[in-house]
Amino acid sequence: MDLSRRRFLQTSTLAAGSLFIPVWGRSLASAAEATVIPAALKKKLADAALNAATKKKATYVDVRIGRYLNQFLITRENRVENMVNTESYGAGIRVIADGCWGFMSTDGLTPESIAKAAEAAVAIAKANAKLQDEPVKLAPQKGVGEVSWKTPIVRNAFDVPIKDKIDLLMEVNAAAMKNGASFINSFLFQVNEQKYFASTDGSYIDQDIHRLWPNFFVTGVDPKSGKFQTRAALSTPVGMGWEYLMPKAEDKRGGLVTRYTKSYDMIEDATAAAKQVKEKMEAKSVEAGQYDLVLDPSHMWLTIHESVGHPLELDRVLGYEANFAGTSFATVDKMKSGTFKYGSPEVTLFADKTQVGSLGAVGYDDEGVPCKRWNLVKDGILVDYQKTRDQAHIVGQTASDGCSYADNWSSVQFQRMPNVSLAPGKKPLTVEEMIQGVEKGIYIVGSGSFSIDQQRYNFQFGGQLFYEIKDGKITGMLRDVAYQSNTQEFWNSCVAICDERDYALGGSFFDGKGQPGQVSAVSHGSATTRFNKVNVINTARKLG
Amino acid sequence: MSILNEKEAQAILKKVLGYSKADECQAVLSGAREGNVRFARSTVSTSGGFDSTTLVVQSSFGKKTSTATINEFDDASLEKVVRRSEDLAKLAPDNPEYVEFLGAQKYEQPKSWFESTAKLDPVARAKAAGASILPCREKKLVAAGFLEDRAGFTAIANSRGLQGFHRSTTANFSVTVRTADDKGSGYGVADVNDFAQLDTARISQVAIDKALRSVETKALEPGKYTVILEPAASVDLLSILVSSMNARQADEGRSFLSKAGGATRVGEKLMDERVHIYSDHLDPRVPAAPWAQDGRPRRKVDWIKGGVVTNVAYSRFWGRKKNIENEGHAPLGGGFGGGGGGGAGRAVAAFEGTPGFIMAGGTDSLETLVKGVKRGILVTRMWYIRPVDPQTLLFTGLTRDGTFYVEDGKIQYAIKNFRFNESPVIMLNNIEALGKPERANGSMVPPLVIRDFTFSSLSDAV
Repeated sequence: MDLSRRRFLQTSTLAAGSLFIPVWGRSLASAAEATVIPAALKKKLADAALNAATKKKATYVDVRIGRYLNQFLITRENRVENMVNTESYGAGIRVIADGCWGFMSTDGLTPESIAKAAEAAVAIAKANAKLQDEPVKLAPQKGVGEVSWKTPIVRNAFDVPIKDKIDLLMEVNAAAMKNGASFINSFLFQVNEQKYFASTDGSYIDQDIHRLWPNFFVTGVDPKSGKFQTRAALSTPVGMGWEYLMPKAEDKRGGLVTRYTKSYDMIEDATAAAKQVKEKMEAKSVEAGQYDLVLDPSHMWLTIHESVGHPLELDRVLGYEANFAGTSFATVDKMKSGTFKYGSPEVTLFADKTQVGSLGAVGYDDEGVPCKRWNLVKDGILVDYQKTRDQAHIVGQTASDGCSYADNWSSVQFQRMPNVSLAPGKKPLTVEEMIQGVEKGIYIVGSGSFSIDQQRYNFQFGGQLFYEIKDGKITGMLRDVAYQSNTQEFWNSCVAICDERDYALGGSFFDGKGQPGQVSAVSHGSATTRFNKVNVINTARKLG
Repeated sequence: MSILNEKEAQAILKKVLGYSKADECQAVLSGAREGNVRFARSTVSTSGGFDSTTLVVQSSFGKKTSTATINEFDDASLEKVVRRSEDLAKLAPDNPEYVEFLGAQKYEQPKSWFESTAKLDPVARAKAAGASILPCREKKLVAAGFLEDRAGFTAIANSRGLQGFHRSTTANFSVTVRTADDKGSGYGVADVNDFAQLDTARISQVAIDKALRSVETKALEPGKYTVILEPAASVDLLSILVSSMNARQADEGRSFLSKAGGATRVGEKLMDERVHIYSDHLDPRVPAAPWAQDGRPRRKVDWIKGGVVTNVAYSRFWGRKKNIENEGHAPLGGGFGGGGGGGAGRAVAAFEGTPGFIMAGGTDSLETLVKGVKRGILVTRMWYIRPVDPQTLLFTGLTRDGTFYVEDGKIQYAIKNFRFNESPVIMLNNIEALGKPERANGSMVPPLVIRDFTFSSLSDAV
């Protein structure tokens, strides 16, 4: 481990920007950059597919040519367990023929093989059209011509020398072990999607998308009692470059637990985690009952994701996910009524695929629709859903929201969740002030166990750190905590939201949906939020 | 190029190993042809195909090792992926737990390739989907389902002389049928290696019957109930149990198998003595790949026998460190990147035929088991199962798509769904009866009657 050198490189990068030279070894980027496919070649391939399918009487065709680069670094304690680089290159062709969708993907990237795949997609569509009773109807989308978009990163994480990344993780692990952890597993996930989209609408869109997720799990074991506890990192996956791992003081929120916003101090967090995991071992087991919950953004994101993000996916609402992910309680009649109280008047939940630094931010979705921000729940009332081009007409709308995504060239695009966030409170309110107003409550930091039913009514969530609040004061740590509620009841029990000073993003790198299963990455922002009288259960059990 | 034969696959691997300048090199080539039909609202929604081949190369210098993957196979690309894995390995610090690659092994091949599945085309898939959709349309029910088939191969070779080739076919079908008023929902599911054995009409009829029976529901109070778990309902909880039987985690004190004083529960009777869970990749009911991801040959392994934790899974390093014969048994699940590799998507090396488990049972059918239950709840499917406490293997989740109250050996009426908080360890201690095992999600699972299953709240979901 070369601590001083890593710091030097960070500093020099900050100070000198492009003067940075990787002095040790060859970075992955030198190999990756060399394989970026020129847009002209991608256009030629795309046109081969568009023409081949059109010739076979497809009425609409889109092609996605994708190169997907991933790097996963996996370590524990004082060693690297694995370093994995993946690269995947291919094309997916989606067509409408005889009013039905067909899709075929191929890793053969020649005009001939991509044309053959396009023809196969048409054949699939025609075979299934016989079972079709609702022809696909697309909301219009004007072609955008030849355009490009790139995640606004400061520094490409793939450009950072491997050794510096390993040094950072080793330093993180050492910090945890030095502070009393029994074990630490740490990870660094990096994703680069180089995606080219073309359609018969006249769009040729080249996008370069970057994501990063540093994470760890610290475990404390008491061999004497045979008990153990864990604490996961309070980091969040981001649509950012390496700059997320260069901590800045202004991105840190102090208080009882140090939390982070736009940059993250992984070493500091691992140090805190090691101490907190020991505290967790000694913590009082919660007494089941009703509590007011004060939920940090590092926890809130998952509750928003499950109880707002998923139920307001229009494909679920309409029954397209009925066999797997399920449907939704938030039915179209409720939305159209304009009076359905999803939450209390404090609650405004918005979708936004333009938030800088978020996982869902792109220029255009996987149907060539430009991205935007819109409200889903306004002042507590359900007002809208998340839609793709083939869904808009079903709810009487004429445009897609830009919510189409496929996790790979080999996967068919479908409706995926945009970033869905809770608007911060309008009145000035700090976390400390919020806690002061709570008589009997629990302050929860970090996301943990999560489960929700197939129509998104009944849910149960855990967390990482639980603190008991009595008469406006934190009295100590709790363990064995999970809360259960019903989505509408829960959001209507929201009584206060801290102001925008406390707003932070959390998110999921691996949100699963669909058959065959696909993952997507999505962020959810909020400020610390209070919910009154929520049912808390005790999760402790005894074996044997 | 998707499906290669053994000769073609090994020719590529030989070329890859020829480019290697590392101390050791291991390469795995896998390919698949997949097709699917997805339907919802009683009409086809998406359907498609997937055709891909992936090469994974691991290079090692001393105790430095790294992995790279690629899906291009011209000579330049093959050399590029080898160089990339070597470059990365040189950058890696020494891994003190590095274990050299295995030498030549003897693998026993199961019969897991069926032409009936391999030759499926879009027309055959549409026909199979139609056998599910059309009866639903006739009854004014709403069908949503998924049919997926896969034919694939995996070949492995390394610089120590190890070579293997395996191919398999699989197909799975599931359908959720809902009544038009959204009040009833039923589920049917099956998975096979031989598509000729898959009857989508029969499976759909099960879902139709359950949907129609579950329109009128009553709400029971949450609490502890005797449950009758269909194989499709219990398979996920049982899989979690088996995949949690990891030696190192137990030895390190961070597993449900850890106990006070730093010891483990391996060798202890933790469950009802009728519990026998094993794996056997040669079992014709659930054939699977003849080697684990690290190349160790699969053998028949008893994981739990007579209720006793008999074997736990070892990495090669941990098995060697603990002086376990043959470095111990490899885990049943895939390693990192073997599915669920996250952002990597499906194009990361899928490993052909990861084995499931086999739980022994009796000879009774589900119907016979129901007849023996005085008061209980029949569960069709469990959903959104997530860990709550690893210390006790406590999991939460919900029932869905067919939950019924049973009294005096008869299904009386449908009930509202429940959330449960339960540990499979506690569950397998509370066995009342086991039926005849059926295939569920690649494993063999008996229908189970379990007493004192913990339902902690009601769900309004249908």
